[in-house]
Amino acid sequence: MPMPPNPVMLAGTAPAGVHPFPHAHLLGLAGLQPWEMLYLLDEAEQWVELNRGAGKSTGSGGSKHDNRLAGLTQINAFFENSTRTLLSFEIAGKRLGADVVNLGVSGSSLKKGETLLDTALTLAAMHPDVIVIRHGSSGAVQLIAEKLGCPVLNAGDGRHEHPTQALLDALTIRRRKGRIEGLTVAICGDILHSRVARSNFQLLAALGAKVRVVAPPTLLPPHVDQLGVDCFTSMDEGLKGVDVVMMLRLQTERMDGAYVPSTREYFRFFGLTEERLRHAADGVLVMHPGPMNRGVEIDGRIADDIARSAVTEQVEMGVAVRMACLDVLTRSRRGVPGWPPVGASL
Amino acid sequence: MIAITGARVIDPATGFDAVATVLLRDRVVVAVGASAIPSDARVIDAAGLVLAPGLVDAGVFRADPAACHAGGITRIVLMPDQRPPLDDPALVAFAQAMGKPDVWVHPLVAATRDLAGQELAEIGLGQAAGAVGVATGRLGIASSAVMYRLLAYSRAFDMTVVSHAEDAVLTAGSVATEGEYATRLGLAAAPAFAESLAVARDIRLAEATGARLHLRQVTTAEGLDLVRAARARGVAVSAGVTPAHWLLNETAVAGFRSFARLSPPLRSDADRRAVEAAIGDGTISVIASGHDPRSQEEKRLPFADAAPGMAGAETLLALALSLVRNGTLSLAAALKTMTAAPAALFGLPGGSLSVGAPADIVLFDEQAPWRIAGDRFIGAGNTPFDGIPVAGRVRMTIKGGDIVWRA
Repeated sequence: MPMPPNPVMLAGTAPAGVHPFPHAHLLGLAGLQPWEMLYLLDEAEQWVELNRGAGKSTGSGGSKHDNRLAGLTQINAFFENSTRTLLSFEIAGKRLGADVVNLGVSGSSLKKGETLLDTALTLAAMHPDVIVIRHGSSGAVQLIAEKLGCPVLNAGDGRHEHPTQALLDALTIRRRKGRIEGLTVAICGDILHSRVARSNFQLLAALGAKVRVVAPPTLLPPHVDQLGVDCFTSMDEGLKGVDVVMMLRLQTERMDGAYVPSTREYFRFFGLTEERLRHAADGVLVMHPGPMNRGVEIDGRIADDIARSAVTEQVEMGVAVRMACLDVLTRSRRGVPGWPPVGASL
Repeated sequence: MIAITGARVIDPATGFDAVATVLLRDRVVVAVGASAIPSDARVIDAAGLVLAPGLVDAGVFRADPAACHAGGITRIVLMPDQRPPLDDPALVAFAQAMGKPDVWVHPLVAATRDLAGQELAEIGLGQAAGAVGVATGRLGIASSAVMYRLLAYSRAFDMTVVSHAEDAVLTAGSVATEGEYATRLGLAAAPAFAESLAVARDIRLAEATGARLHLRQVTTAEGLDLVRAARARGVAVSAGVTPAHWLLNETAVAGFRSFARLSPPLRSDADRRAVEAAIGDGTISVIASGHDPRSQEEKRLPFADAAPGMAGAETLLALALSLVRNGTLSLAAALKTMTAAPAALFGLPGGSLSVGAPADIVLFDEQAPWRIAGDRFIGAGNTPFDGIPVAGRVRMTIKGGDIVWRA
C-alpha cells in the first residue's frame, strides 16, 4: 500500500524506529523532543496507580513497592536546601527498591572548601547508579554531569531548569484536563528567578499549550517574549479565558522593596483571589509548585478548594514522575532489552 | 648587531611599509632600510615575514612574560588589580621592575585605595614611582563624586585615566547581558545600557575637568556612539577593546561555557558588529589582549561562580589580523592599535621603529594557519576561542635586542 504523501505527525508521536528516550541524563527539557516528554509522562502513569496502592499488575498485591531498582545506589546530592523535592526523590527511589542516600548541604565538603568538581569525582568514586542533583547555580548540574559516568537527574539548577517539576505539572494537567494541547496556561509571579517557569515554557510549548506569563515588570525576565510566551502585567488581563493558572512562590527576600514594594501590595495586584479567578475559563485548574505563601501570592481558600486546586495532586504526581525518570535513566545499567548497554552511545 | 633582512617592514608610527633591512645595535633600532649590512652583523633572513614594533598590550591583569613572548608582546600596561592592588608607590615600583628584562611592565596606579572606589589613592606618588596612568581597575567607580574628583585631580599630573565603563550598581551580581540567551540559561543579567550610562557619565566628567580619559573596553553600539560624538567635539577620550567583543557574541556562553564569562559580558550580535565598525572608523583606537590567565580552579565552576577573564596574550595578534582579512583595517592600521596608539596614549617608549627606538621587534607570518588550542598555550589556557582556526603566527620576538622567542 502506498504511503500517504504527507503523513500527519502528532506532536507526541515518535517517528518510526526512533528510540523513545535516547539520553543518558535528564538535565533539562530544552532539547528534548515532544514525544520524549510524553514518553516520560506515559511511563509515570503506572506509578500513579502503584502509589495509590492498586499495583496488582506488578504483582505487588497492593503494596507501594516495586523492586526493579534493587541493588542500585541512588545519591540525592542537594547543594541547595530542599525539603519537598528531596523527600519526593527519596520516596521515588525507595519505592523502586534502590538504595537511596541523601547528601545535604550541611553534610557536604563544599563547606570545607572542596571544589564542586572534586565533590563530583568523590561521588563518582562511590559508584552510584544514578545521581539526583540540585544546585544554586545555573548550569552547575550540567557541569557535574560531564564529570560523572552515571545518569544525572537535574533536581533544579539556579534559575535554569527544574525538569521533573514541569513534568509533574504536565502530568497533573493531563490527568485533570485530559489533554495539554490547545490549553492556555498562565504562569504568574516571580518568573525572573524561577527555574520552574523556564522548564514549563519548554514543556508546555512543546506539547502544544499556549503559555502566558503574568507578573510585575520587575519579576519578568527581559526578552521573555522571545521564548514564545505572551507577557501580561495585569492579572485580570492575563487570566482572561485561561484553562490553567500556575502560581509561583514569591521568596521573602524579594519582597520588601527589592523587586516589589510589599507583600500587601503584591497580593492586592498579583495575588490569586476569587474575583480574579472569575476571569479564567470555567473549570480552571489552579496549581502551585509549593511551598505556598498564603495571602501573598494565593488566597488560602482557593488553594484549599479541591475542585479547582491541584496543589496536593502535584505532589502526588511528583513521586510518580520521578519514579518514571529514575526507571528510564537506569534501564541501560539494568540491561533492559532495547536499551543500549552502558558505554554505548545512545 | 643584528640585521634582519627581507621582511616587509611596517612602522605604524610613521606609515613606513616596504621590504627593508632593519639594523639593531645596543638595544636600539639604528637603521631601517639600510642598504649595506655591516660585516659584524648577525643576519636574520626574514623573507616572507612581516616585521613590526613589538606589541604594546594596553591593559593586562598579569605580567606573564612567556605568554607575551609567544604573542609578540614586548611591553604591557599592567592593570592595578593585583594582590595587593597597586595603590601604593612601593607596589607600583615593584610591579614596574618585575618584568625586566623579558617584558617591560608599565603599571597603572590604582585610582582609589584598595580599588574600593571611595578614597583617592596616591596617584601622584604612583606616577613618580613609574606608573604611566591611573586606572579604576576591573570594576568602575560607582560614585560620580569620586570619579569627578579623580579626573580633576589626575589632570594636575597629566595622567591618562583608564576607566572600566559599566554602571557598577546596575551590574552588581550580574554575569551576562540581558537578552534571550541569558533568560534561557537562567543567568543573572544586566542591561547592555549599563555601559552607555557609565560611558556618558565618564565622558561628561572628562569634559568638565579636561582630563584625558581612556575607556579600556567599549562594547556596545550605544557606548561607541557616545565616544564617537565626544571625540568629534574634541573631548580627550579614547576607547579600547579586546578581541572577544568583536569576534564573539552572547551565544558563546551556550552550554554555560565559563571560559566565555568575561567582563564586560559578551553582547548581542548587533553590538558585536558595532564594535567591528568602530574599530574600522577609528572610534576604537586601542586593541589589547585583556590577558587574565586563570587556573582551572577559578574557571571550572558553574558559570556564575567562575572568575571572569580570558588568557589573551598568545592569541592577540592572530585574532587582530582577522580585521585585516575581513577588510576592516589595513595591516598597518591593525598593527597601530597594538603599537603606536597605546604607546602614544601612555607616553611609552617603543611602539615604533624610528632610529633610536628600543629594539623591540615582532616578526610574524601573516598567513600561517593554526588552530587555537588552550591546552597547548605556553601559559594558562582559559580562552573562549578554543578550537577556532586563525592565521598569523609569531615567528620571532626580540626584546631590547635579545631574541626571546622563535617558532
